[in-house]
Order: sequence, then C-alpha cells, then structure tokens
Amino acid sequence: MAKVVGEIIIDIERCKACELCIQACPEQTLALGKSLNHKGYQYVVKVNDNCTGCVNCAIICPDAVITVYRKVLKTKQVETT
Amino acid sequence: MAVDNVDVLVEDVVKPENLVYRRPSTLLDVELHYCPGCGHSTVHKIFMEVVEEMGIQNDIIGVAPVGCAVFAYNYMDVDMQQAAHGRACAVATGIKRMLPDKFVFTYQGDGDLAAIGGNETLHAANRGENFLVIFINNAVYGMTSGQMAPTTIEGMVTTTSPYGRDPKTMGWPLKFGELIAPLPGVAYVTRQAVNTVQNVRRTKKALQRALEYQKMGLGFCLVEIVSNCPSNWKMTPIESNNYVQNVLIPYYPLGDIKVPEVKK
Repeated sequence: MAKVVGEIIIDIERCKACELCIQACPEQTLALGKSLNHKGYQYVVKVNDNCTGCVNCAIICPDAVITVYRKVLKTKQVETT
Repeated sequence: MAVDNVDVLVEDVVKPENLVYRRPSTLLDVELHYCPGCGHSTVHKIFMEVVEEMGIQNDIIGVAPVGCAVFAYNYMDVDMQQAAHGRACAVATGIKRMLPDKFVFTYQGDGDLAAIGGNETLHAANRGENFLVIFINNAVYGMTSGQMAPTTIEGMVTTTSPYGRDPKTMGWPLKFGELIAPLPGVAYVTRQAVNTVQNVRRTKKALQRALEYQKMGLGFCLVEIVSNCPSNWKMTPIESNNYVQNVLIPYYPLGDIKVPEVKK
C-alpha cells in the first residue's frame, strides 16, 4: 500500500499568526508556537507528523509563507494473521 | 519522522522533485504590509500564480488603486501603473488602447471601484473595454479605518454607521456585478470569495478564465471577490472568514453572473 508523506517549510519571519492554516489543516498538524518572530507574532509550527501534503495550508495562507513537499512511499504489505 | 513504523527522513521528502507548492516567483520576495489574515494578500498570491502558470509575466500591465492595495506594485512583479482615486478603469482604457496586445488588469477595492470610481467603471464597462477588473469587496473602507462603503450590508456597524446601516437614510448595498451584467459590452461577470480553501481555488480558476476571455478579445471582465477585513470589523481572521460565509455571502451570492458564449 502506498503511503503519502508530506512536509512543510514555514518562513517563520513572515508568518503573521492569523491561524487560517490551523483551521484549514485536516490533520491538525499545525498550531501556534510559543516563540515570537521579530515582528512579535507567535508564529505557526508543525506539531505532529500526520502531514499528507494536501496543500490546504499553503493555499489559504495569505502571506505565502508555506512551502509544501509531498512524497509517495511504497511500503511492503504487512501480513496479518 | 515515522509513518506506519517506517522511518522516513525529512531530507528524503524535502527535495525539488517532491515540491508541490511554493510561493509564486511572480510575487516579489518581500513582506506584505496587509493585516494578518487579509484577503488582499490571498488574492495577490493567487493572481500572481495565474500569471506565472500562463507565462504572461512580460505581457501583463496592471493598474493599482487607492486604498489598502495602493502598494500592489511593491508585491506584483509585473508592470504596474498607479491611478488617481477611482480612475483605474480610465487609465487601463488608455493602456489597453495603446497596447492592445498586452493583458491589462485593474485591482480595486469597493471604495475605489463602487464609490468614487463608480462612474469610470460603469462607462468602461459600457464601452466594452477589453480588460480585467479585479474587485475586492470587503464591505468597508479599509485603509481609512472602517467607514461605511456603498457595499456595506444592511445593519452592519461601521464607524460612520454606528447603529448599523439603515437603508432608509443610507441606501441599500450596491451589487455592482448585477448592475453592469446586462450591458452588452460586458463579457464576463463573476463573484467569488477567498474565505475557504475551496473558494480560493474557485477564485483562481475565475481569474484564469477572465484572462483567457481577454485574450479572445471578448470585452469587459469583472471578477468580484468577497473578502474580509479583520481589523475594521474588529474580529479575528477566523471570525471574519466565518462572517463572510454566514453574513456576506447570503447577500452577495457566489457564482457566475454572466458568462460569454465562446465559439470554438
């Protein structure tokens, strides 16, 4: 079974913490972090590895700070008994 | 990271061949001055994506308005001209007539297009000028701190309508798309929004269609985009997008208002 793995890169200095990506993410992968960037916004960080590279966060992001990568993994089928 | 007990290195995923989304190269690599969550930034981004995908960066000329988007030329890496308040359509008419082979667009807010520039826009539409007007409708004057606009909906509180807009004294909200759609010179009128991922994708398609109609020389195209203004509505970006969905979109229904018949 093929498994899709996504990875996002966030340009934290340009993030304005509007939280639209957090709402748009179907996997609850994004959340506000605890640190601040130089403008004083509590920028968004990735909190788990559930990302599938669906691009929702990048499309809704007004400031275009998110870059998305996606890779399809071919894993061996596990036999279940 | 681990997916189903299979270890995957981040370096294996972050490779150029796996790239699925990046900032469009036609959007200049600078910070946008807009407030957090503003629809203007989203529209800048998707319009520049359309320009990049169509490969027309050197063949498109834009006209920036007066309003929050007055610095659009600092972000869009295409040829731009700044017009006086409300006169973007008049300037675009001149550009398109002198350079008919180029794509021309104006980018205007509701104060610029529907209030002070109503006359210019209406007559450009009536002349059937062959350019694209991107109309950002956020129901308020954003840059001057939230006064009532012609498009402010009934009962909406702004700084100049503190008890809500009363149509008896302040008139009804202007539906500019429906107003110009019956004119024979108008080719394409559509209303879209940028409050959800699905709506952003639809808006991008509408902008692309409008540029294709312009290439065919069909006439005036208006893409109205219902947007938010978190700062002047005094809401968080998420609340403002919900307000767009629950209050503005019922009054300004989304969809195509006029579509040209294309001969193939």
